[in-house]
Amino acid sequence: MKAVIIGTTTLAIAAGLGFYTWNTSRSAVPCGDTAVAGAAIGGPFELVSETGATVTDTDVITKPTLVYFGYTFCPDVCPLDSARNAAAAYLLADQGHDIGTIFISIDPERDTAQIVGDYTDNFHEDMIGLTGTAAQVDAASKAYRTYYRKQEGDPEYYLVDHSTQTYLMFPETGFATFFKREHTPEQIAQTTACFIDRIG
Amino acid sequence: MKLTTLLTTAALTFAATGAWAESEINVMHATAFETAPTAMAGGGFLHIHNTGDSDDVLVDVRADYPRVEIHTTEFTDGVAKMMHVAGIPVPAGEMVVLEPGGYHVMFMGLQGTPFTLGDMIPATLVFEQAGEIDIMFKVIARDAAHGGMDHDSMDHDAMDHDDANHSDMNH
Ligand SMILES: [Cu+2]
Repeated sequence: MKAVIIGTTTLAIAAGLGFYTWNTSRSAVPCGDTAVAGAAIGGPFELVSETGATVTDTDVITKPTLVYFGYTFCPDVCPLDSARNAAAAYLLADQGHDIGTIFISIDPERDTAQIVGDYTDNFHEDMIGLTGTAAQVDAASKAYRTYYRKQEGDPEYYLVDHSTQTYLMFPETGFATFFKREHTPEQIAQTTACFIDRIG
Repeated sequence: MKLTTLLTTAALTFAATGAWAESEINVMHATAFETAPTAMAGGGFLHIHNTGDSDDVLVDVRADYPRVEIHTTEFTDGVAKMMHVAGIPVPAGEMVVLEPGGYHVMFMGLQGTPFTLGDMIPATLVFEQAGEIDIMFKVIARDAAHGGMDHDSMDHDAMDHDDANHSDMNH
């Protein structure tokens, strides 16, 4: 069983060099089945919040947080994954664990602060929607090693290819693990609770 | 004008396709998820059952939005790529499901006309053989409590709460 994560921002490089793979049978796996020890994922970013204010990672990751990169023009996969993350947060809340959820737009051209704010409210009243300048979004995406690429074509109705991992981040210790699309709310809640117990 | 009575829809449908259509297409569970007020796009999902004995293809969907296309999403190493497809084959005797994470009807240019819970969105499906079929997409809630990944429960939701099923079309 292998898990794959995209490590670069161009398809050519991603295809050739950028995949980080590891074997989950390693004994170092602490919680769940997709953990990777010592991965340099995450770190500082500066983005724009739903109110239009500039925020940094320490402003928005104040508790264990699920971080997802997507775009609001996507009516299918992004809402599905966001609703799944919200569902995991609700499950964890039922168990007494307070976690955050963040949606970072990789389509800053169309996704204004208000649009990401409205979009995230659809899934969870506390989900934080972030956008920014093209440079800010690109830097955040690189920090998290996510991939996105705007498709050629229509200036108004273009589509964007993008990574679909959800990252579990902690305020002090940073990256804990990531989840794939196939993970259920229950699996995410269980693994997250395990990390909360370990990391605190 | 977004609302059309089912009666009118059925009548139009009957008139539009007539007796020469050879495939028999049944459309069920036509649903769309509610969107945020400022949403630019929305997705439509449905089940298409070809009960006839000739293959058919869904080649177009028309609705009163600036752009409406048939899309699919492909996944490669965790990267989602949404793309326009020319048609969805509906082989004789088979059921094709347009569901989240795969085929969907992509409604684009919603700005100012979000999908609101309970809305019925009129659309016309265009099949190669069966011709035009008018349907209604019922706007349903995206219930986070049920999770986003459970296709089974999603289908049950659509089935249980979906009045649009009454508009199932038979040709
Ligand atoms: Cu689409």
